[in-house]
Amino acid sequence: MSVNTLKETNKLLASFVPPASFTDEEQEPLNTSVQLHRHNIADEISERTFQDVSLCYQCGKCSSGCPVRYYMDIAPNKVVRLIQLGFYEEALKSSTPWLCAGCQTCSARCPKEFDLAKFMDAVREIAIEKGIEVKEKNILKFHKAFLDQIKSHGRSYEAGLVAEYKMKTLDLLQDVDSAPGMYLKGKLAILPHNIKDRKGVKSIFKKTSGK
Amino acid sequence: MNLLKEVFMKYGYFPGCSQTGSAKEYDISLRKVIEKLGVSFDEIEDWSCCGATSAHVTNHKLSTALAMRNIMLAEQQGMENIIAPCAACYNRLIMSQFEIANHSGIRKETEELLSASFQKDVKVFNVLELFLNIGIDKIIENRKRELNDLKVACYYGCLLVRPSGLTKFDDAEQPESMEKIAEATGAKTIDWNYKVECCGAAHSIARRDIVVDLSKKILDDAKYHGANVMIVACPMCHTNLDMRQRVMKRTYPEHEDFPVLYITELIGLALGMDEKELGIDLHFIDFNYKDLVPENSGVG
Repeated sequence: MSVNTLKETNKLLASFVPPASFTDEEQEPLNTSVQLHRHNIADEISERTFQDVSLCYQCGKCSSGCPVRYYMDIAPNKVVRLIQLGFYEEALKSSTPWLCAGCQTCSARCPKEFDLAKFMDAVREIAIEKGIEVKEKNILKFHKAFLDQIKSHGRSYEAGLVAEYKMKTLDLLQDVDSAPGMYLKGKLAILPHNIKDRKGVKSIFKKTSGK
Repeated sequence: MNLLKEVFMKYGYFPGCSQTGSAKEYDISLRKVIEKLGVSFDEIEDWSCCGATSAHVTNHKLSTALAMRNIMLAEQQGMENIIAPCAACYNRLIMSQFEIANHSGIRKETEELLSASFQKDVKVFNVLELFLNIGIDKIIENRKRELNDLKVACYYGCLLVRPSGLTKFDDAEQPESMEKIAEATGAKTIDWNYKVECCGAAHSIARRDIVVDLSKKILDDAKYHGANVMIVACPMCHTNLDMRQRVMKRTYPEHEDFPVLYITELIGLALGMDEKELGIDLHFIDFNYKDLVPENSGVG
């Protein structure tokens, strides 16, 4: 099915009256400025990932082989189903995309060759863009702290990463046991490795994320 | 023919950030081993982070541009073949190259971001491909001792063999190249279940509990199938499987230390180098080959 056919299907779906729990009145506002179910996020994901989200026929092979399924609130295949059916809010608010480790076991095994790992990337990206409150806050904080090091130094700076992550999460005690060991073994550099063209790397950040 | 081989045995080198910090010993052992095998590296001048997990899970454009910046540099510096020893870097680089090659929109966007145009084909190899290119025979020829007392669990993890359409050098579910390389050192390899199972990767800091659980399962399966050492080819896997064993003991008090080596360290041992020279003393879980040799056997 092409992306176009999907658009038509979604148009048809949009003409149905949504279930009571999903109308504006009943629904607790997620973000008053965003009425998620009015945006066609299924199409958006199809376009960003170059694959039609309706390819998935819900066999569940991805979820049965997923190493982190046990920790997720919704099985990975069900997140795809929610998107297919237009339950965007449930999908975007789920912990699943954040807990996905990107190991690509699902993508390798999918009988429809649907790249679920890539789908999860797009879901996370859209959730950030729409300002959705992320369930796995520390995971997002970690990614932000990691990227901040790259933006400043051009390379990862582990000591800076740990310090910034701790400031962001106020989880000051974690890894106090590993850090001294790493330091003693000369694995935790005190100073960052700065690349020469830091300006160039900064400009990539600026142009792609606006900051 | 010899000249051709000489040219081929010179690679561009993309170390990746871990190689300068938490995976220092992977860098040390890789450089020492390839030198003994007659291969040389030219480090990409002014390389930067590939963007790693954090970029591709939050911002697709950023992740492609960060990875391609390094391919651009390699191209500008006249490199045709580059080695990315970190499985995560390797994966990000080939995935970005694939997207550039197949989606003109992404290509255009990335070229604009980097103010460059991609002309030549830069081929990215992982460490397993490197040793297959060098040749198993070469390891056997240069071997100073046979590591007969090792029973090795070869752990590939996720990003060396997936996505299967791109990492064509081996099978995504039942890869065997690492076993072939390990056997060239005289070690025995074991059959086990978790060689391509995920260790939790980038969740190492934010969800350490998950990493501890997943890594424990992997280590236990290797032990159960008779291994006395595990080898890896990824700094992230090594951090999770080696360093995290300390925390593992808090959640699983019955856990016993299990040594995890980089594949380059295993080869280095066979080539006659000692543990300290290869940086094995930098691991959190001690490993000494002599401890595994039965007494009075006269080897090791």
